[in-house]
Amino acid sequence: MRVPLSWLGEFVDLAPGTTPEDVHAALVSVGLEEEDIHRFEVSGPIVVGEVLEFVSEEQTNGKTINWCQVRVAPGDELAADGGPAIHGIVCGAHNFAVGDKVVVTLPGASLPGPFPIAARKTYGHVSDGMIASARELGLGDEHDGILLLSSLGIDAPVGTDAIALLGLDDSAVEINVTPDRGYAFSIRGVAREYSHATGVPFRDPALALTVVAPVTRFPVTIDDQAPIRDRTGATVFVTRVVRGVDPTRPTPAWMIARLGLVGIRSISLVVDVTNYVMFELGQPLHGYDLDKLTGGIIVRRATHGEKFTTLDAVTRTLHVEDLLITDESGPIGLAGVMGGASTEISATTVNVLVEAANFDPVSIARSARRHKLPSEASKRFERGVDSRVAAVAAARVVQLLVDLAGGVADDLGSVYDEAVEPQPILLPTGFVSGLIGLAYTGDEVRKALVDIGAALEEADGDLQVTPPTWRPDLTDKWTLAEEVARILGYDRIPSVLPVAPPGRGLTRTQTLRRTVAQTLASTGHTEVLTYPFVSERANNLFGVAVTGVVLAGETDADASVAEEGAASAVPVSGPVVGPVSVPVIVPVSVPQMKVANPLDGEAPFLRTSMLPGLLHIAHRNRSRGLVDVAIYEQGLVFRPEAGVTYGTSVLPTGAARPSVEAEAALNAGIVPQPLLVGVVLVGNDVRHQPGLPAVAAGWQSALAAVQQVALAAGVRIDVRQGLHPAMHPGRTAELFVTVPGAATSDAASTVPASTVSASTVPASTVPASVVSASMVPASTVSAFTVSVGFAGELLPAVADDYDLPAVVAVAEINLAVVFALADGARTVTPIRTMPAATQDLSLVVAASVPAATLRAAIAEGAGDLLESIELVDDYRGAGVDPGHKSLTFALRFRGEERTLTAAEASAARLSGVALAAARFGATLRE
Amino acid sequence: MSVPSVPPEPTTSVEPAEPLISEAAVNAAVDAALAAIAVAETTAALKLVRSEHAGESSPLSKLNALMRSVPGNQKAAAGKLIGQARGAVTAALTAREDEIGSAEAAARLLAETVDVTAAASAWAAGARHPISLLIERAADVFVAMGWEVAEGPELESEWFNFDGLNFDEDHPARAMQDTFFVEPTDAHLVLRTQTSPVQLRALLARELPVYVVAPGRVFRTDELDATHTPVFHQIEGIAIDKGLTMANLRGTLDHFVKALFGPEAQVRLRPNYFPFTEPSAELDIWHPTFKDGARWIEWGGCGMVHANVLRAAGIDPEVYSGFAFGVGVERAVMFRNDVKDMHDMVEGDIRFSQQYGMTV
Repeated sequence: MRVPLSWLGEFVDLAPGTTPEDVHAALVSVGLEEEDIHRFEVSGPIVVGEVLEFVSEEQTNGKTINWCQVRVAPGDELAADGGPAIHGIVCGAHNFAVGDKVVVTLPGASLPGPFPIAARKTYGHVSDGMIASARELGLGDEHDGILLLSSLGIDAPVGTDAIALLGLDDSAVEINVTPDRGYAFSIRGVAREYSHATGVPFRDPALALTVVAPVTRFPVTIDDQAPIRDRTGATVFVTRVVRGVDPTRPTPAWMIARLGLVGIRSISLVVDVTNYVMFELGQPLHGYDLDKLTGGIIVRRATHGEKFTTLDAVTRTLHVEDLLITDESGPIGLAGVMGGASTEISATTVNVLVEAANFDPVSIARSARRHKLPSEASKRFERGVDSRVAAVAAARVVQLLVDLAGGVADDLGSVYDEAVEPQPILLPTGFVSGLIGLAYTGDEVRKALVDIGAALEEADGDLQVTPPTWRPDLTDKWTLAEEVARILGYDRIPSVLPVAPPGRGLTRTQTLRRTVAQTLASTGHTEVLTYPFVSERANNLFGVAVTGVVLAGETDADASVAEEGAASAVPVSGPVVGPVSVPVIVPVSVPQMKVANPLDGEAPFLRTSMLPGLLHIAHRNRSRGLVDVAIYEQGLVFRPEAGVTYGTSVLPTGAARPSVEAEAALNAGIVPQPLLVGVVLVGNDVRHQPGLPAVAAGWQSALAAVQQVALAAGVRIDVRQGLHPAMHPGRTAELFVTVPGAATSDAASTVPASTVSASTVPASTVPASVVSASMVPASTVSAFTVSVGFAGELLPAVADDYDLPAVVAVAEINLAVVFALADGARTVTPIRTMPAATQDLSLVVAASVPAATLRAAIAEGAGDLLESIELVDDYRGAGVDPGHKSLTFALRFRGEERTLTAAEASAARLSGVALAAARFGATLRE
Repeated sequence: MSVPSVPPEPTTSVEPAEPLISEAAVNAAVDAALAAIAVAETTAALKLVRSEHAGESSPLSKLNALMRSVPGNQKAAAGKLIGQARGAVTAALTAREDEIGSAEAAARLLAETVDVTAAASAWAAGARHPISLLIERAADVFVAMGWEVAEGPELESEWFNFDGLNFDEDHPARAMQDTFFVEPTDAHLVLRTQTSPVQLRALLARELPVYVVAPGRVFRTDELDATHTPVFHQIEGIAIDKGLTMANLRGTLDHFVKALFGPEAQVRLRPNYFPFTEPSAELDIWHPTFKDGARWIEWGGCGMVHANVLRAAGIDPEVYSGFAFGVGVERAVMFRNDVKDMHDMVEGDIRFSQQYGMTV
């Protein structure tokens, strides 16, 4: 809402010299936020001039210009620019004659642009100023010729300051009006607020007018057969008639200037007057050409498929909820939104029917939205218009049309008024003070409420408060409390820190999330925050669970079951050892959510994986010349499950707790959104430095990041060979966590690892379900594994799709699952302090045997004396059979209560060798 | 090399015989040894000297070997002579050894001098994002007051995002929200436009009184520009208890703002409108070190929780009251840490986060 200061000053006294900034400061204190200041950007000597004579001169470029002698000061006086009283000016327009009064911008003036005016040589003359058009002055769009003052009905003496004459010295403050304060969409409402803010008296323009009831009734019928939400479409409908309007009368300059400042273009006097009164009083108005109306007016809902041509010449198909103004010819207006073309005020209109109505906010809001026709009128109706101001506004239009357009007020008209009077609200004594935390006196409370226009009645010591008709937002004691606090000033509210009951601190999950973020950053990864919008293709490629691959040489117990389980998921052909066929997983269609109104049509889906966003970010960094990029993000992904319908078709109403069933339905309708962490590494982990060779990022970097996350989360994450459609088939690890069972040790081997890994990991946010019954094979309480993500290198082709180099290391971990599996409190074993015995061990096995599996077998065989076992070398080549490898481990043995003998350590070592030999045919390398 | 003097063969002369181990011979051997020790420059040279002058075939050793032939009455004197001589040589050797050792250690250290400004590191630099760090800081302020941190889904039911928060389906405020809907739209799922749905979830799930903060990511259909981003972060707080007042809201905000921005920071409340609070206020903050100088900056909204929101959570507004507030994290980073363009915050350029490192 823009408020010209001159207009505001009609209803409140503005102190001399009050600036727009002063007005903003006052209004902001009562909750009308400042937005902007608008001015006519004109300055300098701009005066009324009279064309004394001119000579038309044809130019070589085909144009004809007029060399004019213009009087800009009376007699022999100096002109406002200090020059002579008569200036020679070149003018390209031809719509004037000798003797016309025009607006002359003299050298030193400045017009909007800014466009400084100076004497300049043109077309063989020195043009000593410029004759301005309306548009050049910022006074509308008219630019077909220069502005003739006679067209505005003005005849002022030569030399008069045209800036003041045309109202161009005014300025307007723009304020943001919140949805609860529809009345502030009027000068009347803002003036009242200014009065609240400053204490200056408010003169209500609505009380200054005498409303004369029409004598002869113009037929108006309100026939709403389908009220929306039980509210009749029109509660007030006032019509008045003015006859004999002179369509040639110009809109006065001051009105054009004020409308210009509020952002409304001058159209014609009648239309300008209805707009002017709307801004003044907040009541939307519509003028009809009375002679184009057929019979009386009926207000009704549209019929299905009914058509209507609005005055913007667009024919619209109506909805049965649209409220229409109709006459016997059909629709003549879309109520509160836009009038019709057939009864529009035109250049020949002499008899005018003025409509001032009060329409239901919901009905108007829906129509405006449905037809995408937000207008000044609909904006006001949506927020609620003073139900008592319609008749006043109609009278004001009549008054202006009589005064300015030469019309005659007719006694024809109508008053339909079924507006509901505001109901009193009980305001218990002390309520406001108790809610605000400030001891207001009873007098203060009463005065504030009276100031806003409320009527008060004492009721058993409490107050019955009847809000004014322009405040439909005041509906309960809380809204009244806000008014009191607002009028008396929020700055008076004291600062009192409340004491909360003892809290429990961050939850374990919240702490772990921080630790993971901190750890990844500490180990060289940079945190980024990406948008969760991706393409369907990206989701189909990345939003797929990793598939575990069973390799030759797994333990008998594990392998037999695991192969069975894995076989259903992927044809295993040994991705590492199989030289012929590389297993490929074809991307499938992944369940995913689509944004109905995306900003980027290329990426309308919600991510099911963290990686696509991170890959884009990696590429952006690379494109900016940053070659080594290690980034991560923790965030939610959106993983609907196939076959589940999300959301709810019906929403419970507000202001009441939903039923248990309704609340459960709302929660069941939420798409699973687990917390994930994604890591992407490109370039070098360690750049080349003096004495330090570069270390390129690769699958091992991704696994190192995974181990940092595991460390931070306090969860052991193991890896095994995996397959994923986006990933290098030979350089992908499935990440899994072993959930210890409650059973005896031999039970562990009976759990089919793969049955509870990849395919059954629920993408749920609910930690409890991570280890729910659905995941654990029926009737078992033994250990099982849960897949928590994957890590390794991208398929080079996928890396290429993201314009990244061939080797891109990535990892993605489902933190929701990992955190759910984190121990509550850790338990530890006592530290042994006896001397250690260290031995190395080199075993030769088939190349396909995973080191981790071999390591586990040695450890199992070596038993309790083995304190640690680390892989130190992987050798293939001379001395080792083709297809085999020699793995060297460093073993550290330690006794619990005494120093081990060399024989004891060797015996334990050989037990490990024996088990490795039994399981994998491992042989000692000499 | 000095030639050891060889004692003459015993004769039949009755002249008092030269002693078998003459003082002159011993002194000559000692002098030769000391001279050699003095000129030895390295550990290796000294080792050679030790061998020649204190070894088994050194003159002193040979003189010593004559001891068994020395007549009994001369043995004590000869032994003393030899013993003193050997002692002097050994002492000189030890002293010289220490000297050379020190010099050589010093030379070695000197040779090991590096350019400490050219250190290589196998650890690359990582960093946190300032948005995450500021959220953690803010949460810590509230946790220290006994509040707890609550979370909720980002893809949320419209009931939690709108209806339950007193946004009537036809309310202009609801149309004002630039909301991302997901298909099908009649399933009423939206990307939450505010963290306020978490308030409602907290009220539904927890026992009263409730004091929680909910930091998180929110979504509006604003195109990315210097000051807007469609995906941003808020910190929302809600407290519901018996007798909570707007003064308590101000007290909480005062404490929060001072903890986050410093003791000079100030809070201003201005009347405003939000569907979920009544009375409502705009929260402005002031700090002397904000970019472009000390001034009031609009930071968020707050107010007393609307009775209808309490009712939606099954709480009697005649018994309980409370306040809520929500502030923008991006905005805070912009004026607190002088970030001039939103692009820096959302583009993921690692140079941006790395300016913060591990602290904001």
